[in-house]
Amino acid sequence: MRITVRINGEEHQADCWEGESLLFALREKLGFPGAKNACEQGECGSCSVLLDGTLVCACLVLAAQADGHDVTTVEGLAQGDELHPVQQAFVEAGAVQCGFCTPGLIVATHDLLKRNADPSDNEIREALSGNLCRCTGYAKIFDAVHLAAERL
Amino acid sequence: MTQTLQLGRVGEVVERLDSPPKVKGEFAYSSDLQAPNMLWGHTLRSPHSHARIVSVDISAAVTMPGVHAVLTHDDVPGDKTYGLEFPDQPVLAIDRVLYYGEPVALVAAEHPEQARRAAEKIVVVYEPLDAVADMERALESPDLHPQKPTRGHGYFEDERPNVVRHLAIKHGDIDAAGDVSVSGYYEIGSQDQAFLGPESGLAVPDGEGGVDIYVATQWLHVDRAQVAPCLGIPLSQVRIHLAGVGGAFGGREDLSMQIHGALLALHTNRPVKFVYNREESFTGHVHRHPARIWCEHRATRDGKLVNVRMRILLDGGAYASSSTAVASNAASFAVGPYEVPNALIESTAVYTNNPPCGAMRGFGAVQTCFASEAQMDKLAKALDIDPVELRLLNALKPGDVLPTGQAITGSMPVAECIRAAAALEPPADEELPRDPIRLPGGAGNTTNGEGVRRGVGFAVGYKNIAYSEGFDDYCAARVRLFPDGSAEVHCAAAEVGQGVSGVILQVARTELGTADVRLAPGQTATVDSAGSASASRMTWMASGAVRDACRAALEERERRPDEEIDVEKIYRHPRTTPLDPETGQITGDRAHVAFATCAMKVVAEVDVDLGLTRVVWIGAAQDIGKAINPQQVEGQIEGGTAQGLGLALMEEIQTRGGLITNASFTDYLIPTTLDMPPVESVLIEDPEPDAPYGAKGVGEPPTVVSTAAVAAALRAATGLDLARVPVRPDDIALS
Repeated sequence: MRITVRINGEEHQADCWEGESLLFALREKLGFPGAKNACEQGECGSCSVLLDGTLVCACLVLAAQADGHDVTTVEGLAQGDELHPVQQAFVEAGAVQCGFCTPGLIVATHDLLKRNADPSDNEIREALSGNLCRCTGYAKIFDAVHLAAERL
Repeated sequence: MTQTLQLGRVGEVVERLDSPPKVKGEFAYSSDLQAPNMLWGHTLRSPHSHARIVSVDISAAVTMPGVHAVLTHDDVPGDKTYGLEFPDQPVLAIDRVLYYGEPVALVAAEHPEQARRAAEKIVVVYEPLDAVADMERALESPDLHPQKPTRGHGYFEDERPNVVRHLAIKHGDIDAAGDVSVSGYYEIGSQDQAFLGPESGLAVPDGEGGVDIYVATQWLHVDRAQVAPCLGIPLSQVRIHLAGVGGAFGGREDLSMQIHGALLALHTNRPVKFVYNREESFTGHVHRHPARIWCEHRATRDGKLVNVRMRILLDGGAYASSSTAVASNAASFAVGPYEVPNALIESTAVYTNNPPCGAMRGFGAVQTCFASEAQMDKLAKALDIDPVELRLLNALKPGDVLPTGQAITGSMPVAECIRAAAALEPPADEELPRDPIRLPGGAGNTTNGEGVRRGVGFAVGYKNIAYSEGFDDYCAARVRLFPDGSAEVHCAAAEVGQGVSGVILQVARTELGTADVRLAPGQTATVDSAGSASASRMTWMASGAVRDACRAALEERERRPDEEIDVEKIYRHPRTTPLDPETGQITGDRAHVAFATCAMKVVAEVDVDLGLTRVVWIGAAQDIGKAINPQQVEGQIEGGTAQGLGLALMEEIQTRGGLITNASFTDYLIPTTLDMPPVESVLIEDPEPDAPYGAKGVGEPPTVVSTAAVAAALRAATGLDLARVPVRPDDIALS
């Protein structure tokens, strides 16, 4: 089937098999590999994207379900070479090691700070508890979220 | 004091160059790669942990839509087996399977789903055999590897079946008695590296019989050395390129898709991409060895260790991988960073039909640290001595002799680490009522705080840096200087997230005195081996190689000032020699190059009614030699601590008859933002005399110790023995 999805403000089309996830379509067919394939069962948050403004795991959404909808991926946050404040904070705080969880965490943090401009430590922990990171132990990720919240 | 221009030199906090592309989603991981005309590979794996293969029929699979190749062991043109250290593992199963998930056949198709469906049409007739699923019974079961692939490598010749390696360290008077003795039996579950980026890669045929493999790995050149013989082509026709690595932690030392991808690519003459899903990833790499450890510690009445006797059994699973070295490391670091005049330490790794085990961060020292630190606490209790004081009383220092007979000649600030960690002040007890998220049970909202007990635990762990026991451990680096003043560094050191690319650049900037340095992509064709991103060795080794290459390049430029300079240098650390196979004693000056210690204090709360836990705070003091980039060092300590906490509280690969029953992130839990407490770290900089800039590695020590330290805090809170990790709620609530 053919789907049309507005990704980061621009319309894109792809031919998909009905069983494909939005994650697979984004990564393999639409040219947006930023969302990551870590568990593909909605446990790790590495594929977090916004679907019509709602934070979702792209691995749990069928590509067909996104037909005619808006998707924001991690690639849509920076303005050219200028990083989004959340991205800049992750770089400065040293919150990136292997970085495989990073795109999902960036999107989830962006979503959190849109809803709550000044989250408490507990609120950050709860909001990001669906995003697994295996490298950092999360300490510098919390630093990055606080830093981004101060600047936004 | 002169302040020089911030170039990003050794010792400065420098932002990682790979961070901007990573935060933008533009960094190309191995699973992100594509090539025109690409096919998808899929691996058919064994559903049995032990079976004879009666027949394999691929005829229905080859006619499935989109299928371009279906391969079995018959299609492996060169060596049929491979292995990181011993070639005991078939590329594709031949006449038997020895573990659940062992590769049996390969499919290449236009779409990954076509490849999966075609694989389902391959008819494999198995005759299931009794699985050797228990590591103790393995020593009395029929040999899974009757040809004994690890024989003839200088190890003790153990006649018992299924022994991968047996090593006994006999030091001093092994029967020496003390005034007091404490004994214990400990178990450690099998841990998964659970790197987030699953095994994946792209193999591209070059049209001339060779292949380029873009893969996430820890050691490019050793991959090439294993791939080429199986393909039956020269090393020069196999080029391995480092693709973006989504974490490693030891799990990418052994091969995953490298040979399989290359076979399909050469067979179809098209690029072939493999991406394992999470379930497959659990069978796609080796794990941390589950262990059973029996200990007896003898000491004088005033707390000096007299004799430590330990028996360590490690389940190596179906193939050798690096079990011989893990068994040795477990023994070498078994007693912890303490002076022990007499010891008998037996360590045995066995073959079973369980998932293969090999390298994981901490490499044998994690298991023994958990056991021996529990013993130190038992001893402190028996002697009525403060546990921290007992550790200080026995702390290793330069000049002391290890149980292997090796005298410590380098940096060994164990007492400094212990004092610094002990001096860290945990936060005050939080008052009730609290947000449930700050109670054991968390968002599950399972308590008002009644039944919650607080405990403080302390532990110390150490291990070796770099490869040991006579291994020819080296790292190459190549430096090009251009007439415009810029420089390019080539080094095949695998950037796996740990930050070695930044270390290389910092060293090059420091040595060359310019910020105009770039790091070329890692690959096998342009520079010699860097060795593995393992054993906390890469900072030390890459620093040495890049430093030496930079200095040689500058000398060359003195001679030829206007020309382009291109110099390659090989760096080796001080030579080690094997351990004596009969006594476990050194046969030269040293079996290990250097050591790094981490001391850790942990505060935990336990709901003793429900057995639920919450780690409140962790303080760590780590012996690092010298911080090349302090921010990255902290990140390694925090992340390494999290992995050890996971083993203490939640992480275990569950098996039944060798079959993995929890191969998903739904069932295999790793720490989340709600599990990890703040980690306060102190960096102890006591330069290592043999290491470039004095820098030791930093990756493993926090993982070695944190499992033990978290368990100690749970014991302090509950008064229970808790001699098995991960500690399950039942172990607390039903005790």
